[in-house]
Amino acid sequence: MPKLSLFGRTKALENQIDEFLDKISESAVVFKLAVKVYLKEGANGEFAERLAAVNTMESEADTLRRNIEKALYTYTLIPDSRGDVLGLIETLDQILGLFEGALWAFDIEKPDIPSDFKPGFRTLTNRVVDAVDALVLGSRSFFRAPHAVGDYNHKVMLFEKEADKISTKLKKNIFASDIDLAHKNHLRYFVEHIDNVADWAEDVADRLAIYAIKRTV
Amino acid sequence: MDPSIIIFLTSGLFLGWALGANDAANVFGTAVGTKMVSWGTAAVICSLFVILGAVISGAGASHTLGKLGAISALPGAFMTALSAALAVYTMTKAGLSVSTSQAIVGGIVGWNLFSGSQTDAKTLTAIVSTWLICPILAAAIAITLYKAITLGLRYSKLHLLRTDAYTRAGLILAGAFGAYALGANNIANVVGVFIPAQPLAPFTIGDLTISSAQQLFLMGGLAIGAGVLTYSKRVMMTVGSELGRISPVAAFVAVLAHSIVLFLFASRGLESWLAANGLPTIPLVPVSSSQAVVGAVVGIGILKGIAGIRWRILGNIVLGWIITPVLAGVICFFGLFFLQNVFGQAVI
Repeated sequence: MPKLSLFGRTKALENQIDEFLDKISESAVVFKLAVKVYLKEGANGEFAERLAAVNTMESEADTLRRNIEKALYTYTLIPDSRGDVLGLIETLDQILGLFEGALWAFDIEKPDIPSDFKPGFRTLTNRVVDAVDALVLGSRSFFRAPHAVGDYNHKVMLFEKEADKISTKLKKNIFASDIDLAHKNHLRYFVEHIDNVADWAEDVADRLAIYAIKRTV
Repeated sequence: MDPSIIIFLTSGLFLGWALGANDAANVFGTAVGTKMVSWGTAAVICSLFVILGAVISGAGASHTLGKLGAISALPGAFMTALSAALAVYTMTKAGLSVSTSQAIVGGIVGWNLFSGSQTDAKTLTAIVSTWLICPILAAAIAITLYKAITLGLRYSKLHLLRTDAYTRAGLILAGAFGAYALGANNIANVVGVFIPAQPLAPFTIGDLTISSAQQLFLMGGLAIGAGVLTYSKRVMMTVGSELGRISPVAAFVAVLAHSIVLFLFASRGLESWLAANGLPTIPLVPVSSSQAVVGAVVGIGILKGIAGIRWRILGNIVLGWIITPVLAGVICFFGLFFLQNVFGQAVI
């Protein structure tokens, strides 16, 4: 029955989108744990495991993204919102890339983070992950209840502002400290690496707000 | 069968073809325009259900049209249908919205004027009043349906993809219903004028006797189907942009409201049910599917905010509704004059 296969395909695609969003929220949790491990014990075996987990999630999410895009175009699904869904999925996918990139940088460059700055890095990571969590909830809401997207977006903005405040304060403290300039620059680079994720989450939330408005008018 | 009968019927078949080419867009245009249903699927479903509607439920509206002017001579019926077809063709060429219902009524009134027959004022009033009621009713139904569906969607929290799949299935079902209603209601425009002349002899297959009218309905249905399959693609593709961009859910509502209105004005079953329950009946008259769909889209537009309506385009559409019957009437009047005086045909 073509009707049944149509709904079957729809259900499979719904699951793929849910799975894709799961990958992002899972990778956020693993990223937080990886940074926590690094700050405590450096790039040890557990950190390597977390990094490998984020790598795997990133490539799985890429496969899901490609499958979703292919299905949307092959079966001309949601012609009205297809561009928006693709835009959302592609920009969300970049968050995984940012998490992966930051962890690789920790692994390769092994920055020496003085203990005075560790709480700042930890809080910054927490706020960034909060922003990504709120964004994932907003994205899930876009598919089922676009009217509620605004509530989640509001939280994304709030966490991004918090992350900005923390990163500015952290950078000020770094540059006010006695460590040498190369070390200061190196640390600043890592602050920005982490903070960039919240900035990107805010950009995605801005797009999401427009997509949601288009769905509700 | 006398070959001249076929020649005289060609004008009706031409009108049927033009109706199929144009009005299929009212049924499936928004679905195809929003890329929710492919043109191939739409064309096949539309042709099939138009023919079914014409053959099964075509008699109701045809009866009313017969009351407006009983054209008993086949050449007269030929010119009436031809004038309607030419009016439809001219208006389509001029890019104005056109209604075959209005064209054929204009043609019949033209024949009445030429033949000196009295136009049944009661029937004419009933028909003309439906031209006003039809888009208003379609708008009211569309507003109610749209409000209910959007509220339902909001509270059901259906996934975007699920909504899409249901809307797609809904568009196909509402389209099939719309095509059936179009066939049932508008077949009267195509072959209604030929019915009083009874040009075809009834024939029997086994226990089944197929009357002249039923043969005409089938031929007309096939002509509409041919119009859908051969010429409706371009009109379907452009109908969305003319009416303004609408969402797939709004497209579904527009098609469903249009189909309900056409069905209301064609259903003998509903008429008997209303009469049996002491309720006011709905006149069974051929209404314009273009007016119904425009009414539905404007209704949704009103719901979303009056600013979204393209008043200039709406003005052109209304202008088309006035010009069409007048043009068909004038063409018919002069056409009958030529047919009678130049070609020596008995048109009355």
